[in-house]
Amino acid sequence: MKIKGLWWKLLTIVLLLYTLLGGLVMDVPRLVILNETVRNLYFHVPMWFGMVIMLGVSVYYSIRYLKEPLTKFDNNAVEFANAGILFGILGMVSGMIWAKFTWGAYWSGDPKQNAAAVGLLIYFAYAILRGVFEDEQQRGRISAVYNIFAYAAFIPLIYVLPRLTDSLHPGNGGNPGFNAYDLDSKLRMVFYPAVIAWTMLGVWIVNLRVRFRVIQAANTEKMLEKNSSY
Amino acid sequence: MRNRLLAEVKALFVKEVMLEWRQKYAFNSIIVYIVSTVFVCYLSFNLRLPDAITWNALFWIILLFAAVNGISKSFQQEREGRMFFYYQLASPEAIIIAKMLYNACFMMVISLTGLLIFSLVLGNPVQDNLLFILNIVVGAIGFSSTLTMISGIASKAGNNGSLMAVMGLPVVLPLLLMLIKVSKNAMDGLARSTSVDEIVTIMAIITIVIAVSVMLFPYLWRS
Repeated sequence: MKIKGLWWKLLTIVLLLYTLLGGLVMDVPRLVILNETVRNLYFHVPMWFGMVIMLGVSVYYSIRYLKEPLTKFDNNAVEFANAGILFGILGMVSGMIWAKFTWGAYWSGDPKQNAAAVGLLIYFAYAILRGVFEDEQQRGRISAVYNIFAYAAFIPLIYVLPRLTDSLHPGNGGNPGFNAYDLDSKLRMVFYPAVIAWTMLGVWIVNLRVRFRVIQAANTEKMLEKNSSY
Repeated sequence: MRNRLLAEVKALFVKEVMLEWRQKYAFNSIIVYIVSTVFVCYLSFNLRLPDAITWNALFWIILLFAAVNGISKSFQQEREGRMFFYYQLASPEAIIIAKMLYNACFMMVISLTGLLIFSLVLGNPVQDNLLFILNIVVGAIGFSSTLTMISGIASKAGNNGSLMAVMGLPVVLPLLLMLIKVSKNAMDGLARSTSVDEIVTIMAIITIVIAVSVMLFPYLWRS
């Protein structure tokens, strides 16, 4: 994924600064139990949004790769998956800390926690699978097949898990949604920009990593040419 | 075109059954695997019967690992040359459908035998046997359809045993959870209408998995 120009990077920086400063300084609703931890909304929830978006885009590139095996599609697929894993881990850590101070334990077996853990396992397996192959074409194709297959099998899980136990998350299992806490839209003023900012940061990271891969491949090729010319 | 696919599936299915019938390698090894696991569990529980929830979870975990082990063999037996031979003879769709069908039948036999061994050693607290057996049959189809594709991927990655488990377990999890839930309902003898929802979900998952496998297998096969 290539976005032309500098504007979106500047926009990302401005929005991130706004998220950090606004998230820590601006007024938030006074709520029982949650208290000031509600500020984690700007950091924890966008990680999940980011993860789902990154993994979705990764599957999109895997499909493109199967249709037309170009290295750039494979590069994008793997880097979006990596970014998804990064967001997933950050989301999990920030969620666990939040859960400790509001629900009383780092791990409460909440359906969303479990779904996220399984999602991470799937993408760890994806990373391991990629490491097995030496041939670039084969690595690209077979890991793309697994990426699509696992994603298709993961969606039912999100549907299945909440039927086994109730969730502690807002908006689930009879809990009121976040709208109920955010009567004067104070949270929303930072939350939406935060989601956009973190997602754009993810895209930026992917961009850099893909460019790094391209340069790396070009360097390897140059070295091989040099060696063969002797 | 459609008739050709059916004919190919039938021929490949018969080939799988004959191969297994002559060697009896996969079947025997999985049965012995189940017997030894059940016995290890029995002794680990200090010769006492586990309570209902443990019994149920244990049963399905043993079946799951038997499935992972059994189905991982479905592409292992095929040597490079033979794969190339099939490649020229049959369409990839026919190959994956035949393998899934065969694995489903294989898993049904294995699971029902497993249930027999399990109840013999660890007791059988099931109240609604018909639903329990139906659930096992559905589970066999589900495991086989999910794990056949994973086994195909693992075979391309050099038949690494642990890779099969690492890739397969998270993918098979939604299915397993639903199966365990229905099986608990059957154990408690709840009205069958309470399990309809779960069985429909399982069927939907199986349909998704089969559709995606048939769509993706040609790409896997080509390499």
